[in-house]
Amino acid sequence: MTARGLRIWINDQPCHVPAGTTVAAACALHGHGHGLRRSVQGQARSALCGMGVCGECRVHIDGQAHQLSCQRLCQEGMQVHTQAAAQVPPPAPSHRTHPPMAQQGLPWPPQLVVVGAGPAGLAAAEAAAQQGVSVLLLDAAERSGGQVWRAQQGQLPPEAAARLARLQALGVTLWTRTRVVGVLPGRRLRLDHGDAASVLSAPSLVLATGARELLLPFPGWTRPGVHGAGGLQALVKGGWPVRAQAVLVAGAGPLLLASAASLGQAGARVLEIAHETEAADLRRFAGQLLRHHPDVLRQAAALARQLWRVPQRTGWRVLQALGDGDDGPLRAVTLLHRSGRTRTVPCQALAAGWGLVPQTDLAQALGCALSHGPGPQPIRVNDQQASSVPGVWAAGECTGVAGMACALLTGTLAGLAAASALQGTPLAITPEQQHALARQRRYADLVARSFALGPATPARWDDQTLICRCEDVPWGRLKNQADLHSAKLASRCGMGHCQGRLCWSALDGLVPAAPARPARPLLGAMPLSHCLALHDDPVSSADSADSGGAPADPRPQ
Amino acid sequence: MRAPGPSAELAIVGGGVVGCALAYTAAQRGLRVVLFEAAGLASGATGAGMGHLVVLDEDPAECALARASMRCMQAWPGDWWHGHHWPRSAPTGTLWLVETERQQAAALAKQGRLQACDWPAHWLHAAALRAQEPALAHDLLGALWVPQDDVIYGPGMAQALAHQAQQLGAVVRVHSPVQAVHAQGLVLTDGTQVAAQQVVVAAGVHTPHLIPDSPLPIRPRKGLLAIIERYPGWLRHAVVELGYIDSAMGDAPESVAFNLQPRETGQLLLGSTRQFGDTDPAVGPELLARMVRRALRFVPGIGDLQLLRSWAGFRPATPDGRPLIGRLPNGVWVAAGHEGLGLTTAAGTAALCCDLLLGRVPLLDPAPFDPMRFAQDPLQVSA
Repeated sequence: MTARGLRIWINDQPCHVPAGTTVAAACALHGHGHGLRRSVQGQARSALCGMGVCGECRVHIDGQAHQLSCQRLCQEGMQVHTQAAAQVPPPAPSHRTHPPMAQQGLPWPPQLVVVGAGPAGLAAAEAAAQQGVSVLLLDAAERSGGQVWRAQQGQLPPEAAARLARLQALGVTLWTRTRVVGVLPGRRLRLDHGDAASVLSAPSLVLATGARELLLPFPGWTRPGVHGAGGLQALVKGGWPVRAQAVLVAGAGPLLLASAASLGQAGARVLEIAHETEAADLRRFAGQLLRHHPDVLRQAAALARQLWRVPQRTGWRVLQALGDGDDGPLRAVTLLHRSGRTRTVPCQALAAGWGLVPQTDLAQALGCALSHGPGPQPIRVNDQQASSVPGVWAAGECTGVAGMACALLTGTLAGLAAASALQGTPLAITPEQQHALARQRRYADLVARSFALGPATPARWDDQTLICRCEDVPWGRLKNQADLHSAKLASRCGMGHCQGRLCWSALDGLVPAAPARPARPLLGAMPLSHCLALHDDPVSSADSADSGGAPADPRPQ
Repeated sequence: MRAPGPSAELAIVGGGVVGCALAYTAAQRGLRVVLFEAAGLASGATGAGMGHLVVLDEDPAECALARASMRCMQAWPGDWWHGHHWPRSAPTGTLWLVETERQQAAALAKQGRLQACDWPAHWLHAAALRAQEPALAHDLLGALWVPQDDVIYGPGMAQALAHQAQQLGAVVRVHSPVQAVHAQGLVLTDGTQVAAQQVVVAAGVHTPHLIPDSPLPIRPRKGLLAIIERYPGWLRHAVVELGYIDSAMGDAPESVAFNLQPRETGQLLLGSTRQFGDTDPAVGPELLARMVRRALRFVPGIGDLQLLRSWAGFRPATPDGRPLIGRLPNGVWVAAGHEGLGLTTAAGTAALCCDLLLGRVPLLDPAPFDPMRFAQDPLQVSA
């Protein structure tokens, strides 16, 4: 291992990668980007969402199957096998009768658990800690920062790094690579630390679980080379190569601009941004920004300067992703105008997204109510960020997609609200904070209205388009059923790795009579042995006094 | 919703595998059939269960029913199943796992009974077992190998049967809950009256509520299941511990027995638990942990595999473990209470029930399945 790089093994070949590279990016850097895994029907698949939801980037790591390569950083000596390569021998049974478990318990129970270390979670943890509350901050990723402050080649953006330093000074404990995979009775959280399990009591919680990208099916969308817009941006930050590649950005929503700018900075040749949104709606949006949200307009203007060379066209919808056969890499994208005209853009990568969907699985498992309305709904909170369940607050994009400034504001407010509830003191929100919150919420409404999507069918997909990518279920097997729920039961749509996160979001709100995705007790895949973790062991305060210094990390090192 | 047509000859309440098998069998015999299902097809135990087609030999009557049922299924045309995951090129078979010499003796007795009803079974000693199934723990004495048992996808089977029934003229009405039944017809919850020459209730755990004036001792028996990600080739056969039989046939308030099968999709389905008295559909973490611990004893490597989801279903259970098939004194027919053997015995149940309905010589002795067999023993009824 050199000072700057690591050596890992991909399909039994040695590969050198810079530190801070994700396993997915390492595979792409060494020619495996167009086939990380094989689908149920044997198609080559590659990374799509970039944030650990879609499961398309799954590879074998050190003999373990179904590892999300976009979520794992390369470690010296790692053995990676992609499934598009030769058959991987199954791992030998371990013959362990006692599966590994985290040492139970913390030296001190934290008063407040914050789930999610993006802007909202970091702000909430800081606000609560400043009031003297002991805080444990959890994040599923290997580095904190969430989506918008994602580390680039191992380096966090300066504002995120500064916040983390302040949190450390305040004594906040941060556990990364820790997923909440379930809720046990008595408001205990089942945690997955990757190779260990634990259970944690969380009588007071702030949920800052963010949002994921809405990815809509279209013919050819399973082809390697097709990514989400935020998805490719996230992959590139992990080292995915796009330098000198022709990239088309398409879909709907303000994220397209940020993605295009990011990709351009990474050396991609961004051919154009094809907005589904009509020009009139975009102009109206810009007009509203000018009048009511000059701060956002300034950010947009900065992006526009970075994108001045990139053509932007409106009213164009992605029709099809083209390439050789069913699973050959992307060669071109056909776009459809509402007038019926089509055109085909040759390209090597497509970054396509349609906005953001709040991530509410954990909130629903805790019993929190969601807002009402068609389509995926955020967690319902009052004007003090309290959810419908006592002791549970929520902040940021999971309470409504409204951008980073709103996430920071609502995070701070949630942290203060939780602290004042824990300490029995009244919550004081300044008038300035109230005005700022109200303005941010108006911005969120404006975004939702301006970038609302047209109907899903029939223009978006045909009978052969796979709706469920995990189980390879085409639209033809779902449509024309009297009952979409029965159609799913019969076709196994939504019963694969992502447990319906992708396909349900696509159908919900766009297809009439699509039932809402049922809340699932298990929030994500986890090793079966983790089911054995049932109890958290509270440790007496006498022990914590003896240990001195910072509380010990209970996870095995 | 269009108005019901002319009165049916047979109205079936319940769109699980038993109801759908009845619809198909009756339609095949020329009856005009209408089936009413409250939600979607297979939304009860049929959609929640393991789909194990397994001949259990401990009870001779149940064994006869299962054997007859498998014979019926083997006669169904193969091209039905296109898209419904069955049959595969070779049946999965069952391996009954043996830990002790006492269990080995029980397994050999089981082999005798299965061979006697023409269902092949072979003893595999430890080395042969390891060769057949490398994922198993190395300290097992051996296993009884029943090669013709199989695994099927329950909802697929129910849908295929319903589709074939419709091809033969049956009418299948989903999202049509039934309020009340009587000998000459039934009433839907929306008030629609449906006339029928005969009515069969095949509604699983809901059967007693539909026929409140008859004492039908069907109790929900909760079971947990867990589905594991795809690991093709990790497990080749359905593997079940021999103690499963005690769990299934007994009436302990709570029991766990190891049962693991490879789905055709490559995912692994892990069971099993049995509980009386708990009708909460939530998965109890303690019982799930017990189930996982039991699995680790038999397949030690399973702890590292990725769990996707766990859920609970409710088996319709009777005091003696046999279903109720036959006519009640009030003229209503019933075909329910199959516990964990609904898929295995649906075809045989449908054949037997139709034989009785049409006054033909039944394909096997119906007395063990008489729905009124508990009426003489009030203690059993109230159990």
